[in-house]
Parts: sequence; structure tokens; C-alpha cells
Amino acid sequence: MHDLDIGTQLQQQVLQAVETGGALRIVGGDSKAFYGGHCAAEAWLNTADHCGVIDYQPSEQVITARAGSRIADIAELLAGHRQMLGFEPPDYTGQATLGGTLACGFSGPRRPFAGSARDFMLGCKIINGRGQILNFGGRVMKNVAGFDVSRLMVGALGTTGVLLEASLRVLPVPETDLTLACACTEQQALSRMQQLSGQPWPLSGSAYDGEYLRIRLSGAETALTAVAKQLAGDADPAGDRFWHDLREQRIGFFQLPGTLWRISVAPATAPLDLVGRGLLDWGGALRWLNTDMPAAAIHAAAAAHGGHAICYRGEDKSDWLRLDSDLLGLQQNIRLAFDPLSVFNPGRLFS
Amino acid sequence: MPLSAAFVQQCRVLLGNRQVISDPESLRVYECDALSAYRQVPDLVVLPDSVAQVRALLKLCNQHSIPVVARGAGTGLSGGALPVSGGIVLGLSKMNRILAVDPLNCSATLQPGVRNLAISAAAKPYGLYYAPDPSSQIACSIGGNVAENAGGVHCLKYGLTVHNVLQIKLVTLEGRLLTLGGSGLDMPGYDLLALAIGSEGLLGVVVEITVRLLPLQPQTQVLLAAFASVEQAGAAVAALIADGLTPAGLELMDNAAIRATEAFVHAGYPVNAAAILLCELDGMPEQVAADSQRAIGILQHNAAVEIRTASDEPERRRFWAGRKSAFPAVGRIASDYYCMDGTIPRKQLACVLQRISAMAEACGLSVVNVFHAGDGNLHPLILYDARIRGDFEKAEVLGGQILELCVAVGGTITGEHGVGHEKLAQMCVQFQAAELAQFHRLKRAFDPFGLLNPGKAIPTLHRCAELGHLHVHHGQLPHPELERF
Ligand SMILES: Cc1cc2nc3c(=O)[nH]c(=O)nc-3n(C[C@H](O)[C@H](O)[C@H](O)COP(=O)(O)OP(=O)(O)OC[C@H]3O[C@@H](n4cnc5c(N)ncnc54)[C@H](O)[C@@H]3O)c2cc1C
Repeated sequence: MHDLDIGTQLQQQVLQAVETGGALRIVGGDSKAFYGGHCAAEAWLNTADHCGVIDYQPSEQVITARAGSRIADIAELLAGHRQMLGFEPPDYTGQATLGGTLACGFSGPRRPFAGSARDFMLGCKIINGRGQILNFGGRVMKNVAGFDVSRLMVGALGTTGVLLEASLRVLPVPETDLTLACACTEQQALSRMQQLSGQPWPLSGSAYDGEYLRIRLSGAETALTAVAKQLAGDADPAGDRFWHDLREQRIGFFQLPGTLWRISVAPATAPLDLVGRGLLDWGGALRWLNTDMPAAAIHAAAAAHGGHAICYRGEDKSDWLRLDSDLLGLQQNIRLAFDPLSVFNPGRLFS
Repeated sequence: MPLSAAFVQQCRVLLGNRQVISDPESLRVYECDALSAYRQVPDLVVLPDSVAQVRALLKLCNQHSIPVVARGAGTGLSGGALPVSGGIVLGLSKMNRILAVDPLNCSATLQPGVRNLAISAAAKPYGLYYAPDPSSQIACSIGGNVAENAGGVHCLKYGLTVHNVLQIKLVTLEGRLLTLGGSGLDMPGYDLLALAIGSEGLLGVVVEITVRLLPLQPQTQVLLAAFASVEQAGAAVAALIADGLTPAGLELMDNAAIRATEAFVHAGYPVNAAAILLCELDGMPEQVAADSQRAIGILQHNAAVEIRTASDEPERRRFWAGRKSAFPAVGRIASDYYCMDGTIPRKQLACVLQRISAMAEACGLSVVNVFHAGDGNLHPLILYDARIRGDFEKAEVLGGQILELCVAVGGTITGEHGVGHEKLAQMCVQFQAAELAQFHRLKRAFDPFGLLNPGKAIPTLHRCAELGHLHVHHGQLPHPELERF
């Protein structure tokens, strides 16, 4: 893996933007340009070269790396010690960087069972909108000193600052994985997912692709053999491939043209009354929908179940994310607390 | 400045006389939390019993610029719920209903005053439980847990409060009711749920919490391993984790702790061991069998002089009995103790424990160690005698040195008890001025006039400057020999 510290150059660039009243578009591997609202800044702040692992000791189960480090490189390093990023972020054919992944807050199929990107976040170094380099959190498992700014950075799309470094907890790779698959309807899949999640099975994935419900089990081989005997479904020899492709958003569903929505609801929510093609992940708590229905209808359907919808990929991003007015006001104040001149990614999260 | 009669009268109108406490005798109950070395009798205590009352009260305080200190069960160990002069204490003990248990979505919705242990009790009929289990769980409130991001014995595997909460409702000083999080696993925009958890009552008052429930595990096994030195026990902890095991709990007790608890509950601990580890493994029976075998191998390889495996449930409970009664047991051997809460990288365990004992000796105090070794969260208990003049001040200085040592080895001044009133000075060691200023700006986004739990958790820069002499001795930071992280 490359090892380069361009933190001061990045800081200089920010300071210059602050001075000249400019705005910056923070870019890592540029693998997720499709995500978020329209960013009004032209000038790039390129973090991809700011890369390398700063600290990694397998017995601490913590890795600290610069934001430009590729997720794929980190995964490879960890795998060498039988460890992994527990939230299974997509690496977008090697392009995704650590910084971009955290800024978008993307987590893969293991999320409901192991935790999300923010759950694994322990600490970070950032540049705020005043050009100051600041450290929050730390490199240890438990830390409640000060507000949890590190976790606030996850999913903030760079609008609270430029991530320079992050420390993440990592997990041991399970001894074995086993995938069971069975053909069923969406309704059947949902009730099965729900039933399983209330029981102590060693689950690490639970998804329905419109045809098959697949569940992934992780643990000691003896345990998985015993569990498999008690659960319905056939062992799926292509299971590992499926989970990998789901994580990378490469399975057929994600190749469909059109607008892709990501709807987050309570897992036991009945099938949503929306037209389009769907895919269920996270044991039913994450519902992907490919549809040309109007944004308003989708937001309304999600909100009716106490959840929310995000237009993940699509032409029209004018209504991609909704916040109620009290929350929007507060979030705008928080942004200004970090970036008073709105230097970073204006428009990317909210205008 | 005393509260105006008009303000007190308006509180009475909003809540009724019975929920407003102003007589000196009853006010004393609220003068401190479980860190009783710091006390301040409040001017007024209000005990709302509904969200509407909390909203009205906060609006009123905002109008009158009256500081508000929220209080759950008062079990905090950092003086977070310590009253502030001229302000009110807003106690949430009357809002103690379990609003819903939803077995289909594996969640429960609670008022903030619900006791931690009551959640698991309510979930049990469905085969579910609430994982974060602070040792104070029979008493502490879920609202207080959220405010402190409380942990427990099992958070190595199952996470802290922040990993187990789906949604909270927060009332701002303006009386607005915000919903942070949602029914699903994430929220749009900033992760304000994560920000609010652990914010120590500085951003808003938590009036409703939806937690995630987990399925009860079919089997649990506990191993007890004894070591001839604390270093070996520390090395065994690192080895277990490095091997890829994630025990449900991994606790370390030093000799002083072993002796104190043995004398108290007779758990059958090896009293001559320098340290013992308690290692709990849970899951499917086959998984537990495989993990136990692996763990035993690693413990043997790391010089455990004795390894016991609980053969049945009563024995398992006996193994834990000593650990669980450690605080009261220490309370028997010393008239007072002061509990610290730093977290360090696991590899530093042995070195830090050694230094702590040397520092304690230097100032003539004893320290007992019993803590969450799996995640490197130390709880040195400093023994002192409050009746002896200056003894607490000595303990306080030693405590501060211990926390600064934690920072110096790459750790933090608090793993789960929070900064509160207690660790303000050490915040100035852990953070730079610009970082503290950033915290203050963040607080102002929620609380522009600084009325929510003022003076706690985040020191003013002025205060750090004042305290500066504590930390820079002859121009040197403490432990100059150690690399800074
Ligand atoms: C014997 C003992 C053992 C302990 N063991 C552990 C342990 O293992 N792990 C651990 O993490 N902690 C432990 N603690 C510390 C303590 O129990 C926790 O910090 C707990 O979360 C505090 O809850 P509480 O309801 O007592 O809160 P309080 O002490 O009443 O308040 C704590 C803080 O939270 C704020 N607050 C309370 N309720 C609200 C609300 N509704 N909205 C906003 N702010 C609020 C207060 O202002 C204060 O700052 C222990 C304490 C004792 C005495």
C-alpha cells in the first residue's frame, strides 16, 4: 500500500478556499460521485493521495489509516491477520477510499448483525471549515470523552470537515460461513427473516433478491453443521459469491436502469405499497427499490412506517433526502459549527 | 443567585405542588450523584411525569435563563448530575414506564426513568434481552445510560449503549421535541443519534428511547484463569483477542480485588493468585464448546497456573459473584474509594498497572483493580478515608495522574463513566484548545445560551488555562518519556 502524508497540503488548500471565499468538492476515489445531492463546488480537494496505514496491531483489533487508503488495500492487510472490516463496505472495484466510505456511511450485508460503519468508528483527525486540524475520539474501544464527533462524521458527506485519518475497530474473520437458500415470495421471506432474527442463530446475512431468501451463518464449523440441520433451506455453494456481489452492488438487480431508492424501515414492516422491483437486505430493515414513482410517494411510504427513503442513484436528485424542518434547522446549525463558510461540498447533503 | 419566586410559582403551576421540591430536607437527596465527594444542594427539583411537562419546563427555563441539570437515577460516577447553583434539577424518575416491547422488530420503547435491568426483565418472555449491562443495572436509568453511553461487562461482544439504541426523542431548550434515529437502522442526514448518546445532558433532555433487543443465547460458559503475575494475565488477554475470540466478557481482578471479594462473598477464588481472568463465552452449544477449548489452549499457553471451567449454572454464578460484588467488597475494606475509568490499548495493560501501583505507593494510597480487560477499560479503585483531612484531595491527585497516564499511552480519560464535573481538568490534557472550542460551537448549535448542564463535560478554555499548572510541570508534560499519540 502507498504511504503518503499530504495533510498539510490539504490544509493549505482549505485555508486558501477560506480566504478567497471558495468552495471545495472533497473527492477520494470518486467511486460514489453518483451519491448525494448536487454539489455546487467546482474545485476538487483530492484526498486519494493522502494514504497509508498509520497503526495496526491485530491484538488491539484497531486500525488507523489515512483517508485516501483504498478499502481494498485495507481489507487485504486485515485478511492477512484473519481480520476484516465488520461492516462490509463496498470497495467499488478497488476505487473506494476509507474517507469516502465513512463520509457516505455505507455498510454491507453484515450490518444488522455486526454493526454499521459508524458503529466501528473510534476516532478521527479532520480539517474543519476554518482550516484547523483537529482530533476526536481515539484508538481504544471505549471512549466517552467529549462529544462523539467521530461518529458524527460518518454519513455527513464531508460537510462537517475533511476526514484525514480514521481509527476503526476491526473484527476477526469467522472460522466458517455457510449460506442457506430457499425460493419464496417476498411476504414469506419477510416473515422468515423476522422469525430468525428473534432467535439466537449465528446470522451474518439475511437477504431476498426477489426469488430466493438467503441467510448466511458464521461461526465454528461444528456449530454451523448443527444449525444447518435445524433450519430450512439448502446449502448454497455460490453463497460467498452472492454476499460479495451484494456488498459490491453488482448483482443483477443493481444493473437495472432507472432510479434506485434505498428505504430504511423497521425490519418487520409489511411489504411497502410501492410499484417497482425490489430487493431486501438487512433482515428486512433495508429495502432497495428500482422505480419511476415520484419521490414524494416514496418518502411518504417510508415515513408512514417511521423510516426514511433516500434516492440512491438517479437523474433527478432534487428531492433525494428529506428532513423535517426542526431537524433540518438543527443540522444546518451543526454544519455551520464546523464549516461556517460552507466551504465543503455545498449542496451535497442539503442546501 | 436564588431562583425568583415567580419562576418557582410557574413551575408549580405547570407540574402541581407534589412534583416540585423546594424544602431543604428533601433537596439534600439530590445534592450529588454516586461520586459523593462533590456536593451542591439544588435550589429546586422538578419531577415531570410527561413529555409535555418536560417541554413546558424547558421552555420556561429558556425564557428565564435558568440552568437545567437532568437527572436519572443519580448513579453516575463523574458528577454529571451534580446540581449547579442558581439552576434546577430536572429528575426523570417519574417517567418510568415501559411503553412497548416489540418482539417482531426486536425492540422496546421506554421512558427515560426505566431501570436498565427492567428492560431485560420485560423482554425475557420473548426470549430477548437488552445487552448493555452496567454493574449498576438494578438502579441506573436508561436515560442516564444514553446520556453517558454506558457500557458493561458484555460490551466487548455486544457493544455500548450507542450500538444498541435505535431512536431517541430529545427535548431541546426551546421545548422542541426531536426524533433522532428511526424505526430502521439509520437516519437521514447527520447521525444525531450517535452525537446525542454520551452527550451528558448538554444537548437536550432524553424523554423516550427505543432500544434494540437481542435473542438470549442458548448457552454460556465461564472460565476462571489464575496467573502468577498481572503481566501474564495482561498478555493472556491480548492473546485471546489476537487469536480471534470475542468473549462475551473478559474481566481482570488483581490480588487486592481477589482478596477483598473472597472475604466478602466466598466465591472460592484462588487468593494467592496475582490476578485472575474471568472469560465468558456464549452462543450455540457447539460454538461455546469450540471456543472454550480454544480459550483454554491459549490461557495454558500464556502461563495460567490454574484454569477452572464452570460445570453448571450455580458454579457459573459463583464465578461471577466475586466480580459483581467487587465494589461493595472494596467498600468493606476501606472507608471510601474513588473509582477511575480510563481506557488504554490492551498491550499497555501490564505496564500501566505497574505504574499505577508505583504512583499509589509514592503518595501513600492503595489501589484495587477490577475491570473490563477485554476492551482495555480500567477501573482502578483508589482507597482513602474521607474522615482524614486531605485524604480525598490526595486520591483526587492520584486519580488525575492515572488518567493522564492513560492519555500518555494512547488511551482516554473515560471509557464509560463520562467527564461530568470530575474530569474537566483531564479534558484539557486530552484535547487541544481548538478541539475544545469545536465542542463548544457544537453545543451552541443545540443550546445557544449554555443552559443545559452548564460547566460539565467540556471545560472552558479559561478553565484549562487556570488549571494549566497542574499539567505542565517545569515546562514538561506528565510522562515525557512516553511517545505522544
Ligand atoms: C456501583 C456502580 C457501578 C457502575 N458500573 C457501571 C458500569 O459497569 N458501566 C457504566 O457505564 N457505568 C457504570 N456506573 C455509572 C452509572 O451507573 C452510569 O453512568 C449510568 O448510566 C448513570 O445512569 P443514571 O440514571 O444514574 O444517571 P445520572 O447519574 O442521574 O445522570 C448521569 C448523567 O446523565 C444525564 N442525564 C440523566 N438522565 C438524562 C436524560 N433523560 N436526558 C438527558 N440527560 C440525562 C445527567 O445530567 C448526568 O449528566 C456504575 C455506577 C455505580 C454506582
